Amino acid sequence: MAQTILHKANTRGHADHGWLHSYQSFSFAGYYNPQRMNFGALRVLNDDTVDPGMGFGKHPHDNMEIISIPLEGDLEHKDSMNNVAVIKNGDIQAMSAGTGIFHSEYNFDRTSEVKFLQIWIYPNKRNVEPRYDQISLNLEDRHNKLQQILSANPDGAGVWIHQDAWFHLGKFDKGLTTEYTIKKEGNGVYAFVLSGEVIINSETLSSRDALGIWDTDKFTIEAGTDAEFLLIDVPMKF
Amino acid sequence: MEKTQILVIGRHPEILATVVRLVNNNPHWNATGCLSDEEAIAAFPTQDFKVVLMGGGVDERSEGKLNEYFYNRNPNIKVVQHFGGGSGLLSAEIFEALNK
Repeated sequence: MAQTILHKANTRGHADHGWLHSYQSFSFAGYYNPQRMNFGALRVLNDDTVDPGMGFGKHPHDNMEIISIPLEGDLEHKDSMNNVAVIKNGDIQAMSAGTGIFHSEYNFDRTSEVKFLQIWIYPNKRNVEPRYDQISLNLEDRHNKLQQILSANPDGAGVWIHQDAWFHLGKFDKGLTTEYTIKKEGNGVYAFVLSGEVIINSETLSSRDALGIWDTDKFTIEAGTDAEFLLIDVPMKF
Repeated sequence: MEKTQILVIGRHPEILATVVRLVNNNPHWNATGCLSDEEAIAAFPTQDFKVVLMGGGVDERSEGKLNEYFYNRNPNIKVVQHFGGGSGLLSAEIFEALNK
Protein backbone atom coordinates (compact mmCIF):
# COMPACT_ATOMS: atom_id res chain seq x y z
CA MET A 1 0.00 0.00 0.00
CA ALA A 2 1.23 3.47 -0.84
CA GLN A 3 2.90 5.41 1.92
CA THR A 4 2.79 9.19 1.96
CA ILE A 5 4.24 12.12 3.83
CA LEU A 6 2.73 15.58 3.69
CA HIS A 7 4.92 18.66 3.93
CA LYS A 8 2.77 21.78 4.13
CA ALA A 9 4.36 24.95 2.77
CA ASN A 10 4.32 26.69 6.14
CA THR A 11 6.32 23.90 7.80
CA ARG A 12 9.39 24.52 5.68
CA GLY A 13 12.54 26.13 7.05
CA HIS A 14 12.99 29.80 6.25
CA ALA A 15 16.14 31.88 5.99
CA ASP A 16 16.07 35.64 5.52
CA HIS A 17 19.48 37.00 4.55
CA GLY A 18 18.12 40.33 3.35
CA TRP A 19 19.09 39.76 -0.28
CA LEU A 20 17.96 36.11 -0.16
CA HIS A 21 14.71 34.62 1.07
CA SER A 22 14.91 30.86 1.09
CA TYR A 23 12.19 28.37 1.99
CA GLN A 24 13.77 25.00 2.66
CA SER A 25 11.88 21.73 2.42
CA PHE A 26 14.76 19.85 4.06
CA SER A 27 17.45 20.68 6.62
CA PHE A 28 19.84 23.16 5.11
CA ALA A 29 22.41 25.58 6.54
CA GLY A 30 20.94 27.06 9.74
CA TYR A 31 17.70 25.03 9.43
CA TYR A 32 18.06 21.66 11.08
CA ASN A 33 15.08 19.36 11.56
CA PRO A 34 15.94 15.67 12.03
CA GLN A 35 12.51 14.78 10.57
CA ARG A 36 13.33 16.71 7.41
CA MET A 37 16.67 15.40 6.21
CA ASN A 38 15.74 14.05 2.80
CA PHE A 39 13.18 12.21 0.74
CA GLY A 40 15.17 9.28 -0.56
CA ALA A 41 17.94 10.65 -2.76
CA LEU A 42 16.34 14.11 -2.73
CA ARG A 43 18.35 16.08 -0.18
CA VAL A 44 17.63 19.75 -0.92
CA LEU A 45 14.62 21.60 -2.26
CA ASN A 46 15.12 25.30 -1.68
CA ASP A 47 12.58 27.80 -2.94
CA ASP A 48 14.74 30.90 -3.30
CA THR A 49 14.05 34.56 -4.05
CA VAL A 50 17.09 36.75 -4.72
CA ASP A 51 17.15 40.55 -4.83
CA PRO A 52 18.11 42.37 -8.05
CA GLY A 53 21.83 42.10 -8.85
CA MET A 54 22.51 39.96 -5.77
CA GLY A 55 23.41 36.30 -5.54
CA PHE A 56 25.62 33.49 -4.39
CA GLY A 57 29.30 34.33 -4.79
CA LYS A 58 31.87 31.78 -5.90
CA HIS A 59 31.66 28.70 -3.69
CA PRO A 60 32.52 25.01 -3.97
CA HIS A 61 30.60 21.76 -4.17
CA ASP A 62 31.52 18.15 -4.58
CA ASN A 63 29.61 14.89 -5.00
CA MET A 64 26.15 16.27 -5.51
CA GLU A 65 23.78 16.58 -8.46
CA ILE A 66 22.55 20.18 -8.39
CA ILE A 67 19.56 21.30 -10.41
CA SER A 68 18.28 24.86 -10.77
CA ILE A 69 14.88 25.72 -12.19
CA PRO A 70 14.18 29.46 -12.57
CA LEU A 71 10.52 30.31 -11.97
CA GLU A 72 10.71 34.08 -12.53
CA GLY A 73 13.59 36.20 -13.78
CA ASP A 74 17.08 35.25 -14.95
CA LEU A 75 20.09 33.74 -13.18
CA GLU A 76 23.66 34.38 -14.27
CA HIS A 77 25.84 31.31 -13.86
CA LYS A 78 29.67 31.11 -13.87
CA ASP A 79 31.75 28.09 -12.93
CA SER A 80 35.26 26.69 -12.75
CA MET A 81 34.69 24.75 -15.99
CA ASN A 82 34.56 28.13 -17.78
CA ASN A 83 30.82 27.99 -18.30
CA VAL A 84 29.15 31.39 -18.37
CA ALA A 85 25.41 31.33 -18.95
CA VAL A 86 22.13 33.02 -18.22
CA ILE A 87 19.36 30.68 -17.14
CA LYS A 88 15.88 32.03 -17.62
CA ASN A 89 12.37 30.93 -16.80
CA GLY A 90 11.73 27.90 -18.98
CA ASP A 91 15.30 26.64 -18.70
CA ILE A 92 16.73 23.94 -16.46
CA GLN A 93 20.32 23.68 -15.32
CA ALA A 94 22.04 20.56 -13.99
CA MET A 95 25.52 20.28 -12.53
CA SER A 96 27.32 17.16 -11.43
CA ALA A 97 29.73 18.46 -8.80
CA GLY A 98 31.69 15.18 -8.70
CA THR A 99 35.33 15.71 -7.72
CA GLY A 100 34.69 19.39 -7.19
CA ILE A 101 33.49 22.57 -8.85
CA PHE A 102 33.27 26.25 -7.95
CA HIS A 103 30.38 28.31 -9.18
CA SER A 104 28.43 31.51 -8.65
CA GLU A 105 24.78 32.27 -9.32
CA TYR A 106 23.57 35.87 -9.47
CA ASN A 107 20.33 37.56 -10.30
CA PHE A 108 21.08 38.81 -13.80
CA ASP A 109 18.42 41.49 -13.56
CA ARG A 110 19.23 44.78 -11.83
CA THR A 111 15.61 45.78 -11.26
CA SER A 112 13.55 42.70 -10.38
CA GLU A 113 13.80 39.62 -8.19
CA VAL A 114 14.68 36.18 -9.44
CA LYS A 115 12.80 33.18 -8.06
CA PHE A 116 14.16 29.71 -8.57
CA LEU A 117 14.18 26.20 -7.19
CA GLN A 118 17.50 24.78 -6.08
CA ILE A 119 17.37 21.00 -5.92
CA TRP A 120 20.14 18.66 -4.78
CA ILE A 121 20.10 14.93 -5.42
CA TYR A 122 22.61 12.50 -3.92
CA PRO A 123 24.62 10.98 -6.79
CA ASN A 124 24.70 7.22 -7.40
CA LYS A 125 28.45 7.44 -7.96
CA ARG A 126 31.00 9.49 -6.05
CA ASN A 127 33.92 11.43 -7.54
CA VAL A 128 32.68 11.62 -11.12
CA GLU A 129 34.08 14.17 -13.55
CA PRO A 130 32.26 17.47 -13.01
CA ARG A 131 29.82 18.44 -15.74
CA TYR A 132 27.38 21.21 -16.60
CA ASP A 133 24.24 21.09 -18.67
CA GLN A 134 21.53 23.60 -19.45
CA ILE A 135 18.59 23.41 -21.82
CA SER A 136 15.55 25.48 -22.76
CA LEU A 137 12.20 23.77 -22.43
CA ASN A 138 9.09 24.29 -24.50
CA LEU A 139 6.51 25.57 -22.01
CA GLU A 140 3.63 24.28 -24.17
CA ASP A 141 4.89 20.72 -23.67
CA ARG A 142 3.67 20.77 -20.08
CA HIS A 143 0.20 22.19 -20.72
CA ASN A 144 -2.25 19.49 -19.65
CA LYS A 145 0.46 16.85 -19.83
CA LEU A 146 3.59 15.89 -17.99
CA GLN A 147 6.84 17.20 -19.45
CA GLN A 148 9.97 15.24 -18.59
CA ILE A 149 12.70 17.76 -17.77
CA LEU A 150 15.34 15.47 -16.23
CA SER A 151 16.22 11.81 -16.31
CA ALA A 152 18.92 9.27 -15.56
CA ASN A 153 19.50 8.77 -19.27
CA PRO A 154 21.80 11.02 -21.33
CA ASP A 155 19.57 10.28 -24.34
CA GLY A 156 16.31 11.00 -22.49
CA ALA A 157 14.26 14.17 -22.66
CA GLY A 158 15.57 17.05 -20.54
CA VAL A 159 18.88 17.16 -18.74
CA TRP A 160 20.41 14.10 -17.12
CA ILE A 161 22.14 13.39 -13.81
CA HIS A 162 24.11 10.63 -12.10
CA GLN A 163 21.11 9.14 -10.30
CA ASP A 164 18.05 7.07 -11.20
CA ALA A 165 15.89 10.18 -11.03
CA TRP A 166 13.22 11.69 -13.25
CA PHE A 167 11.64 15.14 -12.99
CA HIS A 168 8.39 16.19 -14.66
CA LEU A 169 6.61 19.53 -14.77
CA GLY A 170 2.89 19.88 -15.33
CA LYS A 171 0.70 22.90 -15.99
CA PHE A 172 -2.84 21.58 -15.80
CA ASP A 173 -6.18 23.23 -16.35
CA LYS A 174 -8.73 22.77 -13.57
CA GLY A 175 -10.25 19.31 -13.53
CA LEU A 176 -7.58 17.56 -15.59
CA THR A 177 -6.55 14.20 -14.21
CA THR A 178 -3.62 12.02 -15.14
CA GLU A 179 -1.92 8.93 -13.83
CA TYR A 180 1.79 8.90 -13.06
CA THR A 181 3.73 5.65 -13.15
CA ILE A 182 6.82 5.64 -10.96
CA LYS A 183 9.81 5.14 -13.21
CA LYS A 184 11.72 2.53 -11.29
CA GLU A 185 10.95 -0.04 -8.64
CA GLY A 186 12.03 1.29 -5.25
CA ASN A 187 11.59 4.91 -6.29
CA GLY A 188 9.20 7.38 -4.72
CA VAL A 189 7.86 10.73 -5.89
CA TYR A 190 8.04 14.07 -4.14
CA ALA A 191 5.24 16.17 -5.65
CA PHE A 192 5.76 19.90 -5.12
CA VAL A 193 3.00 22.34 -6.05
CA LEU A 194 4.17 25.57 -7.69
CA SER A 195 0.75 27.20 -7.95
CA GLY A 196 -2.91 26.35 -7.62
CA GLU A 197 -4.39 23.23 -6.07
CA VAL A 198 -3.47 19.65 -6.83
CA ILE A 199 -5.08 16.50 -5.45
CA ILE A 200 -3.00 13.36 -5.05
CA ASN A 201 -4.33 10.27 -3.27
CA SER A 202 -7.22 12.32 -1.84
CA GLU A 203 -4.77 14.83 -0.37
CA THR A 204 -5.39 18.40 -1.49
CA LEU A 205 -2.17 20.34 -1.90
CA SER A 206 -1.94 24.12 -2.21
CA SER A 207 0.86 26.29 -3.52
CA ARG A 208 4.29 25.14 -2.21
CA ASP A 209 2.81 22.15 -0.36
CA ALA A 210 4.44 18.82 -1.08
CA LEU A 211 3.46 15.19 -0.84
CA GLY A 212 5.97 12.36 -0.82
CA ILE A 213 4.57 9.05 -2.05
CA TRP A 214 6.27 5.65 -2.21
CA ASP A 215 5.65 1.91 -1.95
CA THR A 216 3.37 2.13 -4.95
CA ASP A 217 3.90 1.92 -8.68
CA LYS A 218 1.43 4.61 -9.74
CA PHE A 219 -0.86 7.33 -8.46
CA THR A 220 -3.39 9.82 -9.78
CA ILE A 221 -2.93 13.57 -10.01
CA GLU A 222 -5.91 15.90 -10.35
CA ALA A 223 -5.82 19.66 -10.80
CA GLY A 224 -8.31 21.12 -8.28
CA THR A 225 -7.75 24.51 -9.90
CA ASP A 226 -5.49 25.64 -12.71
CA ALA A 227 -2.20 24.42 -11.27
CA GLU A 228 1.51 23.95 -11.87
CA PHE A 229 3.57 21.29 -10.14
CA LEU A 230 6.87 19.45 -10.16
CA LEU A 231 7.26 15.69 -9.71
CA ILE A 232 10.64 14.49 -8.41
CA ASP A 233 10.97 10.73 -8.87
CA VAL A 234 13.98 9.42 -6.91
CA PRO A 235 15.30 6.20 -5.35
CA MET A 236 14.14 5.82 -1.75
CA LYS A 237 17.28 3.79 -0.99
CA PHE A 238 20.52 4.78 -2.61
CA MET B 1 33.33 23.59 27.37
CA GLU B 2 35.48 21.33 25.24
CA LYS B 3 34.94 21.58 21.54
CA THR B 4 33.77 18.58 19.55
CA GLN B 5 36.68 17.47 17.40
CA ILE B 6 35.90 16.70 13.76
CA LEU B 7 38.34 15.23 11.26
CA VAL B 8 37.72 16.22 7.65
CA ILE B 9 39.39 14.34 4.80
CA GLY B 10 39.23 15.56 1.22
CA ARG B 11 41.48 15.69 -1.81
CA HIS B 12 40.63 19.15 -3.10
CA PRO B 13 42.62 21.75 -1.12
CA GLU B 14 40.22 24.66 -1.63
CA ILE B 15 37.11 22.61 -0.88
CA LEU B 16 38.78 21.11 2.19
CA ALA B 17 39.68 24.60 3.41
CA THR B 18 36.07 25.71 2.89
CA VAL B 19 34.67 22.72 4.77
CA VAL B 20 37.07 23.30 7.68
CA ARG B 21 36.15 26.98 7.80
CA LEU B 22 32.43 26.23 7.77
CA VAL B 23 32.71 23.58 10.48
CA ASN B 24 34.67 26.04 12.62
CA ASN B 25 31.89 28.61 12.24
CA ASN B 26 30.17 26.62 14.97
CA PRO B 27 31.93 27.72 18.18
CA HIS B 28 31.40 24.27 19.70
CA TRP B 29 33.21 22.43 16.90
CA ASN B 30 36.83 22.26 15.83
CA ALA B 31 37.85 20.82 12.48
CA THR B 32 41.16 19.32 11.44
CA GLY B 33 41.56 19.02 7.67
CA CYS B 34 43.70 16.37 5.98
CA LEU B 35 44.40 16.01 2.27
CA SER B 36 46.03 12.56 2.34
CA ASP B 37 45.46 9.21 4.04
CA GLU B 38 48.85 9.54 5.72
CA GLU B 39 47.97 12.93 7.19
CA ALA B 40 44.63 11.59 8.45
CA ILE B 41 46.25 8.54 10.05
CA ALA B 42 48.85 10.74 11.72
CA ALA B 43 46.24 13.24 12.94
CA PHE B 44 43.72 10.72 14.30
CA PRO B 45 45.54 9.85 17.58
CA THR B 46 46.28 13.52 18.35
CA GLN B 47 42.68 14.48 19.23
CA ASP B 48 39.59 12.81 20.66
CA PHE B 49 37.74 12.92 17.34
CA LYS B 50 34.00 12.26 17.48
CA VAL B 51 33.20 12.49 13.76
CA VAL B 52 35.12 11.90 10.56
CA LEU B 53 33.79 13.52 7.38
CA MET B 54 34.92 11.59 4.32
CA GLY B 55 34.89 14.25 1.63
CA GLY B 56 35.30 14.48 -2.11
CA GLY B 57 37.97 12.57 -4.01
CA VAL B 58 38.55 9.88 -1.37
CA ASP B 59 38.32 6.65 -3.33
CA GLU B 60 36.82 3.39 -2.05
CA ARG B 61 40.21 1.81 -1.39
CA SER B 62 41.34 4.71 0.79
CA GLU B 63 37.97 4.89 2.48
CA GLY B 64 38.14 1.18 3.38
CA LYS B 65 41.67 1.50 4.72
CA LEU B 66 40.85 4.61 6.74
CA ASN B 67 37.61 3.19 8.11
CA GLU B 68 39.44 0.11 9.34
CA TYR B 69 42.10 2.22 11.01
CA PHE B 70 39.64 4.60 12.65
CA TYR B 71 37.28 1.89 13.94
CA ASN B 72 40.18 -0.17 15.28
CA ARG B 73 41.41 2.79 17.31
CA ASN B 74 37.96 4.06 18.30
CA PRO B 75 34.95 1.76 17.75
CA ASN B 76 32.62 4.66 18.64
CA ILE B 77 33.85 6.98 15.94
CA LYS B 78 31.17 8.20 13.51
CA VAL B 79 32.43 8.16 9.95
CA VAL B 80 30.19 10.03 7.55
CA GLN B 81 30.42 10.26 3.78
CA HIS B 82 30.24 13.99 3.23
CA PHE B 83 28.34 15.09 0.13
CA GLY B 84 28.11 18.57 -1.27
CA GLY B 85 31.47 20.01 -0.28
CA GLY B 86 31.48 23.12 1.88
CA SER B 87 27.76 23.46 1.57
CA GLY B 88 24.55 23.98 3.47
CA LEU B 89 24.43 20.30 4.33
CA LEU B 90 27.40 20.32 6.63
CA SER B 91 25.83 21.28 9.96
CA ALA B 92 22.90 18.90 9.62
CA GLU B 93 25.22 16.01 8.69
CA ILE B 94 27.34 16.62 11.77
CA PHE B 95 24.32 16.96 14.07
CA GLU B 96 22.93 13.70 12.67
CA ALA B 97 26.24 11.90 13.22
CA LEU B 98 26.58 13.20 16.78
CA ASN B 99 22.99 12.21 17.61
CA LYS B 100 23.37 8.62 16.37
